[in-house]
Amino acid sequence: MAEATTAAKSAAAKSEPFFGKKEKVLITDPLYENNPITVQVLGICSALAVTSLIYPSLVISVAVVFVCGFSSLITSLLRTRIPKSIRMIVQLVIIATLVTAVELSLKYFSYPVYKDLSVYIGLIITNCIVMGRLEAFAMANKPWRSFLDGIGNGLGYGAILLMVAFFREFFGKGSLFAGSPAEMKIIGSNPDYFINTMAESGIGSMFSWYSNNNLMVLPAAAMFLIGIFIWIQRSRTPKLVDVS
Amino acid sequence: MERTGYVVLFTLGMTVLVALLLSALFYGTKEQAAINEDVFNKRAILGAISDHIDTNVKSMSDADVLGIFNDQIEQVVLDMDGAVVDGVKAEKIDMAKEKKKPEATRKLPLYVYNKADGEKFYIVSVRGSGLWDEIWGNIAIGSDFSTVAGASFDHKGETPGLGAEIKDNPVFSRNFKGTKIYDDAGNYTSVRVRKGGAKDKMHEVDGISGATVTADGVAEMLYRGIKYYQPYFEKLKSGKGKPIGMLVE
Repeated sequence: MAEATTAAKSAAAKSEPFFGKKEKVLITDPLYENNPITVQVLGICSALAVTSLIYPSLVISVAVVFVCGFSSLITSLLRTRIPKSIRMIVQLVIIATLVTAVELSLKYFSYPVYKDLSVYIGLIITNCIVMGRLEAFAMANKPWRSFLDGIGNGLGYGAILLMVAFFREFFGKGSLFAGSPAEMKIIGSNPDYFINTMAESGIGSMFSWYSNNNLMVLPAAAMFLIGIFIWIQRSRTPKLVDVS
Repeated sequence: MERTGYVVLFTLGMTVLVALLLSALFYGTKEQAAINEDVFNKRAILGAISDHIDTNVKSMSDADVLGIFNDQIEQVVLDMDGAVVDGVKAEKIDMAKEKKKPEATRKLPLYVYNKADGEKFYIVSVRGSGLWDEIWGNIAIGSDFSTVAGASFDHKGETPGLGAEIKDNPVFSRNFKGTKIYDDAGNYTSVRVRKGGAKDKMHEVDGISGATVTADGVAEMLYRGIKYYQPYFEKLKSGKGKPIGMLVE
């Protein structure tokens, strides 16, 4: 019976455009108006933990986009077959499989990044955004749309992560993309940096006129930053204020 | 509600499929992952003598790391009495496992770096406890067995921005260069980490503000860890030890 209705639905889907307005919204909505972090306030734990540097945040973001997109796709493909009584466990297995795959490939392609992120990569399994989208969207929608929804939410999460990481790394370490091949050392108290803040006083002793903000390196800074982002977003878009 | 038989079948099928997939992926990547780990550890050891290597240790290629290890590094394993253990390579010693053994039965890895100009550096491995978890490091000691030529540190879970600075802040490890592990009277002192800034630059380095426990851990680890190597260094100093070149086949 259930299969018959899905067959009817997929027949109707053929007339819909492959990437129309509705599909576009699935990607753009989570980027701003329905952002998983600033509006739904999901996935905060990892947003606090991994954002002290841009490069690891980028790796985590890509991993979450991948996991979120493909777990949505797989869940949606199986949605009529998954026994309702064990659906949460099935979703978890799908997520865990993909996360393990990400972990193994990271170990294969970039061991230093794996070393830095191993704990956090594993924690993607418990990222509320991924499971939230599976429960709320993929279980009730067709594969292609679920896939886009997953990708969109992953991107929305990643965008906030990178913004937070940019401020934390720049003000906390004086660098950008540290640890990656594109590392930029911008401001700091030794000659490695683009702006060397050590002014020589002539007698061999040196003083730095600038000091990094150590608070930025601590997870608490991410809390403040995300709070400020939410503030800015809600004052620009008043209709969000009553949403949650 | 589905029939129980279907639920069981679904679970079984899913589990088998997932297990097969992941084990295939694991075995497919295992070999390269092991190589990557090896290079990562060796790069950390070379980090201790980065000033004496022409290329940047952090950005040099994997092949270069292994090349230096093959051509310029001799690997020696010592027991706690300073005797050389034959037939084992230093890279096979797992410091984390050694730390769990009783002190008297531990084995110590020693890497001897032969610089192109003939100078020798002895890189010792030390391991201790920071604030949250284990910390470890590699210390390069010059051929006078007292002057530190460089150091590199790593940790499992120190606080970013505070304790983690032992790894992240190059200034911390750079400060070790030029310190001595013996005082003028020839007594073993190791290198201390001084809160509020080093007073005696020959035997102390600056601490890290906000990371007193980690810094104390570093100092303790160095004092204990370098001391383990002293019996062997004493032998080399007095000329009783076999010349290094003959130790490794």
